[in-house]
Amino acid sequence: MEVQMHKKRLFSFIAGLSAAVLILAGCSSSSNSDSTATEESAASTKTAVPDVPKLESLGAGEGAVNIVAWAGYVENGSTDPKVDWVTGFEKETGCKVNVKNGATSDDMVALMKTGEYDVVSASGDASLRLIYGGDVAPVNTDLISNYPDVFENLKLQPWNSVDGVPYGVPHGRGANLLAYRTDIVNPAPTSWGAVFDANSPYKGKITAYDSPIYIADAALYLMATQPDLGIKYPYALDQAQFDASIALLNTQKPLIGEYWGDYLKHVASLKSGATVLGTTWQVNINLAKGEGTKVEGIKPTEGSTGWSDTWMISSKAKHPNCAYMWMNHIVSPEANAGVAEWFGEAPSNAKSCDLTADKNHCATFHASDDAYWNDVYYWNTPTEDCLDGRTDVKCVPYSEWVKAWSSLRNS
Amino acid sequence: MLQKLSNAMHRRPRARLGALLVAPLFWLVIAYLGALASLIVTAFFTINSFTGNIVYQFTFANFIEMFSEVAYKNVVLRTLGIALAVTVLCTLLALPMAFYISKIAKPRSQKILVALILTPLWASYLVKIYAWRSMLEPGNGVIDWLLGPIGISSPGFGGPAIIIGLTYLWLPYMILPIYAGLERLPNNLLDASGDLGARNWYTFRRVILPLLFPSLVAGSMFTFSLSLGDYITATIIGGKLQMLGNVVYQNFSINLPFAATISTIPITIMAIYLWMVRRTGALASL
Repeated sequence: MEVQMHKKRLFSFIAGLSAAVLILAGCSSSSNSDSTATEESAASTKTAVPDVPKLESLGAGEGAVNIVAWAGYVENGSTDPKVDWVTGFEKETGCKVNVKNGATSDDMVALMKTGEYDVVSASGDASLRLIYGGDVAPVNTDLISNYPDVFENLKLQPWNSVDGVPYGVPHGRGANLLAYRTDIVNPAPTSWGAVFDANSPYKGKITAYDSPIYIADAALYLMATQPDLGIKYPYALDQAQFDASIALLNTQKPLIGEYWGDYLKHVASLKSGATVLGTTWQVNINLAKGEGTKVEGIKPTEGSTGWSDTWMISSKAKHPNCAYMWMNHIVSPEANAGVAEWFGEAPSNAKSCDLTADKNHCATFHASDDAYWNDVYYWNTPTEDCLDGRTDVKCVPYSEWVKAWSSLRNS
Repeated sequence: MLQKLSNAMHRRPRARLGALLVAPLFWLVIAYLGALASLIVTAFFTINSFTGNIVYQFTFANFIEMFSEVAYKNVVLRTLGIALAVTVLCTLLALPMAFYISKIAKPRSQKILVALILTPLWASYLVKIYAWRSMLEPGNGVIDWLLGPIGISSPGFGGPAIIIGLTYLWLPYMILPIYAGLERLPNNLLDASGDLGARNWYTFRRVILPLLFPSLVAGSMFTFSLSLGDYITATIIGGKLQMLGNVVYQNFSINLPFAATISTIPITIMAIYLWMVRRTGALASL
C-alpha cells in the first residue's frame, strides 16, 4: 500500500516536471532556421553590433561607482598604504569606489552580464564579447579630458573598437612572464620550453594560468618549435593547429602542480615553494619579492602572450557620470603612473613616464619601445573568421576553446 | 474581527491545516522545487557561442555533449569515488568515537566531549581548509615536519588531500547521529549478548550494527551529499584535480545551461541514493 502510494507520488512528480518542461519548450522561440541564422552570423565578426547609446554629456557624480577590475588596478591603500590612487579620487568627485576583482576574463564577462557594475577593465579576450553581447556602451572620448594624452598605438585597436567607434579607454599593456624561483631553479630558464619539458626536474611544481586563453600560450610555443604547423597568430588557430596546442597542453598536465586563477594563492605558492616555475604577471613577482621570496620573471625567447586592457562602461551602468570620472582619473598622468608601477606594466598615458617613482619605469616596461611588443601577442577573442586574415579555413571560436579547456582540466 | 476569523477556522479543520502548511509549502514548492525545476529546464537551453547570451531554444545539445565527452565521465566517477571514500572513512572514525562517548565515558565527560566535537563547526569552512593547506604543504608543511622523521611524507595537494580535508570537515555530522543512535541502544542488550557467549566483534556485527543502521544512513547522507557537491576544498587543496562542483562553478557564469546540465548528475545520484535508502527502510525508523 505504502509502496503504491510512493510510486503514485513519484509518477505525478515526474509528470508535473515534464509538463513544466513542455510548457517552457513551447514558450521558447519556435523555428530551427531562426537559430541557425543567428548562430551563423553571431559566429562571424561581421555581426551587427548592438545599438547602445553613448553618454552625451557629463553631469554630477552619483555618489558611487561599482568597478570590476584586475587585482592591483584599483588600490586604495589597503594592500600597501603607499599605494593609493582611489582615496584622492573619492574625495575629489564624491564617488565612492566599490571594486570587485575578477580572476579571469570569463569571470569579468559574467560579472558584467549581471548589470550590477558600471566599469570594467577588460582584456582583449573579454572586450569583444562584451561589445557584441551588448553589455558595454561606446565611450564618448570627448568627455575624457586625458584621452588625447594616451599613446596613439593603443587607441582604436581591434579589441577596443568596432568600425572606428571607440568602446573604451586604454589602460596600459603588459606581457605574461615566466616566473621562476632563483634559489631553486638552476640554471635560469630562457624559454617556455621549461614549462613544457616532459623531463623537467621540477615536475609537480610548475604552474599555468587557469583560463582557456592559456591555449594561446601553447600555440605561441608551437609557433617557434613547430613552424610546419603554420601558426602565425596564436589566437587564429584552425582545427589542426588547435589540436596540436591541446596535445601539447595534455603532455604538460602531469608537470603541473596547480593551475592558478587567484593571484594571492599564486603568490603564496611561489613563496612556499609549492610552485617554482610558470606563467605569471609582474604584479605577482613584485608582491612575492615584497614578502622576501627570491623570484624573477622573464619574457622568454619565443615572446609571450600579453594584454592591453581597456576600461569600458556598462550599457546598464547605474552611475554613468562617476564611471566616466573614474575612467578619466585612471588614465590621468599620476594615477596611470601609480598603477603602472604597482602592477608592473607600461602605462597608457605618455605623460605618466615623467611621474613614475622609478625614472626608468617606462624604459623597463618598454612603454614607447614598439620593438618590444612585436613578439607580445595581446589577448584577443578567437572567432570563426580567422583573426590572422586567412579565408581558406575556419578557425576555432572561443566557445570551443572553453570546452577544450574544460575537458583538459577535468580529464 | 479576530474572533470571527477564529470562529471560521474552528469550523473548518481543512482551512486550519492549509493555513498551517502554507508557509512551509511555499518554501518547499516555490522556493525550492521551483528553483530546482527552473535550473533543470535551463539545462535544455544553449548559449550563443560568441556573445555568451542564452538562446531560449529547447535542445538536447548539452546532454549529448556531456555524455560524449570522456572528461566528464571521469569527473563524475572521481567525485563519486571521493564521496564514497569520505563516507567510509567518516564511518570508521566516528563509530569508535561515538561508542566511547555514549557507552564508556562518564556522564559529565560525555557533555564535554560532545561539546568538543561540535567546536570545529564554529570555525569557518575556509579557515579549516586553509589550515589543512598549510599542513599538507609538500616540503615545509606541518605533516612533513611531524611525520618526516618516521619516513611518512605529506600526500601533497590532490585526491588524498581532498579526502582528508572532507573527512575532517564532515566528521561531526557523522558522529552525532551515531551517538544519538547509540544513546537509544539499551546497555542491557550488550550485556545479554555477552551472556549468551558472543564475542565483541560478533556483538558489534549482529546486535549493534543492525540497530545503528538508520543512524549510519543519516550520517552518510550528510557526508555523501556534501562531498558530492563540494568544490572549494578541491580548489584549495586539490592541486589540479577537479570535482563535479568545480565544473559547475567554472561554467555557471559563462555557460549557465551547461552548468545546469552538469548539476542534473548529482541531483540524479542523490535521488537514486535516497531511493535506495528508502528501500532499506532505514528512514522509517529514524
